[in-house]
Amino acid sequence: MNFYAVRSIYYFEMARTWRTIAQSIASPVISTTLYFVVFGSAIGSRISEIDGISYGSFIVPGLIMLSILTESISNASFGIYFPKFTGTIYEILSAPVSYVEILLGYVGAAATKSIIVGLLILTTASFFVPLEIKHPGLMILFLVLTAVTFSLFGFIIGVWADGFEKLQIIPMLIITPLTFLGGSFYSIKMLPEFWQKVSLFNPVVYLISGFRFSFYEKSDVNLSVSLCMIFIFLSTCIILARWMLKSGYRLKS
Amino acid sequence: MDTILSVKNLNKVYADGFQALKNINLEIRKGEIFALLGPNGAGKTTLISAICGLVNPTDGQILVNGHDINENFRQTRTLIGLVPQELCVETFEPVWDTVNFSRGLFGLAPNREYVEDILKKLTLWDKRKSRILTLSGGMKRRVMIAKALSHEPQLLFLDEPTAGVDVELRKDMWNQVKELKNMGVTIILTTHYIDEAEQMADRIGVINKGEIIVTENKKDLMHQFGRKKLTLDLNVVIKVVPKQLDQWDLNLNEEGSQMSYSYDASVEDNGISQLLADLASAGISYKDIQTKQSSLEEIFIQLVNQS
Repeated sequence: MNFYAVRSIYYFEMARTWRTIAQSIASPVISTTLYFVVFGSAIGSRISEIDGISYGSFIVPGLIMLSILTESISNASFGIYFPKFTGTIYEILSAPVSYVEILLGYVGAAATKSIIVGLLILTTASFFVPLEIKHPGLMILFLVLTAVTFSLFGFIIGVWADGFEKLQIIPMLIITPLTFLGGSFYSIKMLPEFWQKVSLFNPVVYLISGFRFSFYEKSDVNLSVSLCMIFIFLSTCIILARWMLKSGYRLKS
Repeated sequence: MDTILSVKNLNKVYADGFQALKNINLEIRKGEIFALLGPNGAGKTTLISAICGLVNPTDGQILVNGHDINENFRQTRTLIGLVPQELCVETFEPVWDTVNFSRGLFGLAPNREYVEDILKKLTLWDKRKSRILTLSGGMKRRVMIAKALSHEPQLLFLDEPTAGVDVELRKDMWNQVKELKNMGVTIILTTHYIDEAEQMADRIGVINKGEIIVTENKKDLMHQFGRKKLTLDLNVVIKVVPKQLDQWDLNLNEEGSQMSYSYDASVEDNGISQLLADLASAGISYKDIQTKQSSLEEIFIQLVNQS
């Protein structure tokens, strides 16, 4: 294991975060605060409780997941796309690093950033609504697994993208709708039966449901199903990222 | 002398069918400076990229220090430093950070003194805290060299290291390269400035249209392919070369004041003494004689045109 390489990539990526602190950390916190104002106050005044939880508290896990997903994807995809764009990727490709080390560095840094963002949002939320976390260990597990999985997914998008437009297209056209329709702001049990069934095809439902369970012991789907789904997605992403790095797909000519 | 790099039957065919490398065979000896010359699009960068792991070869084998670059990628890549042709640098990073990043990436523990030494040698020390985007093109080129040297490579690839660099900096870099050679680093450089190869290289390889046309010691190459030119400054201006000197294929300049004779430098009997005797019998006298060896550039052009 090339430990120094992992550390170098990780520190390099984290340095980028501190350099762009406003964009990396402040902006998700501000936008989440706005969600609280808009959804919590405007809609919350009409929906008092879901599953016996106040609406404001109910949306906290969903909001954190929303940020984790988008932040993980954007951080990781940009992290690997930018060296491709500037050409500095030559150094990574010619270095004595295996695919595992590359992933640990890039995905580790992207996941760290989104976990920091997630925890900041949790702290911000605690100023607006009463919070309780019944299973802190489970909460952290979901947070880490989701951040890692979607950072991997972001990495894959970053390798695949051959223009800045493509970097945005998947998060914009697929991830944001899936997150909004994944029960961030409502319980899927509130939907008509047909749409409940359709929602089960949305992987984000499982993430939010499991994450919410760790807070309130209330979920839309079974906890073990949620964990299985995230492991399936995680494994798929690892296999795909491994193939990309081993074959040099869109990295080598 | 030991071989540090061995390329065997290497081919590269791109997806669009273009064959960039055709059955390349090349041996590089430890400690030498090898200059790879070739016109644009000849395959120089593709060859370097294949050795460094940036291009997937179609077939063939590459050994670095006896190890296959795919099977033992850690051992082989640790030995290789690469300075690519394009100016690819982390725009927003300070010089110090980016050079240390490279060292870590290649698996070496931090070493402040070593990195400081490199930056001082490349006159980058004063700029160590500057972000790379604030540096000039020449300075960026030095940063790339510093990055490649940061991990103490045994085999250094310099792909057009002095492209877009001013004369003074070029000379500085030549000195740097010579110093590296003295430290035992093997250097492979590609260049458009053939005088650069002529100045520095121990051996020369010429590549054209994806094929290596020749690899030869510089001196042997210049001796083998080089021609010499003998120029005579005449005492009296003449209008035409006398008929009896036709066999020598002499060239007379426009003014009729200089006559030149081109001959093969590698041949024992080059005919000069007979020519001078014939000139005397033709009544042509001269006040000065010069001879000039053809440059590597002329040899290069001749080789590329022949292939």
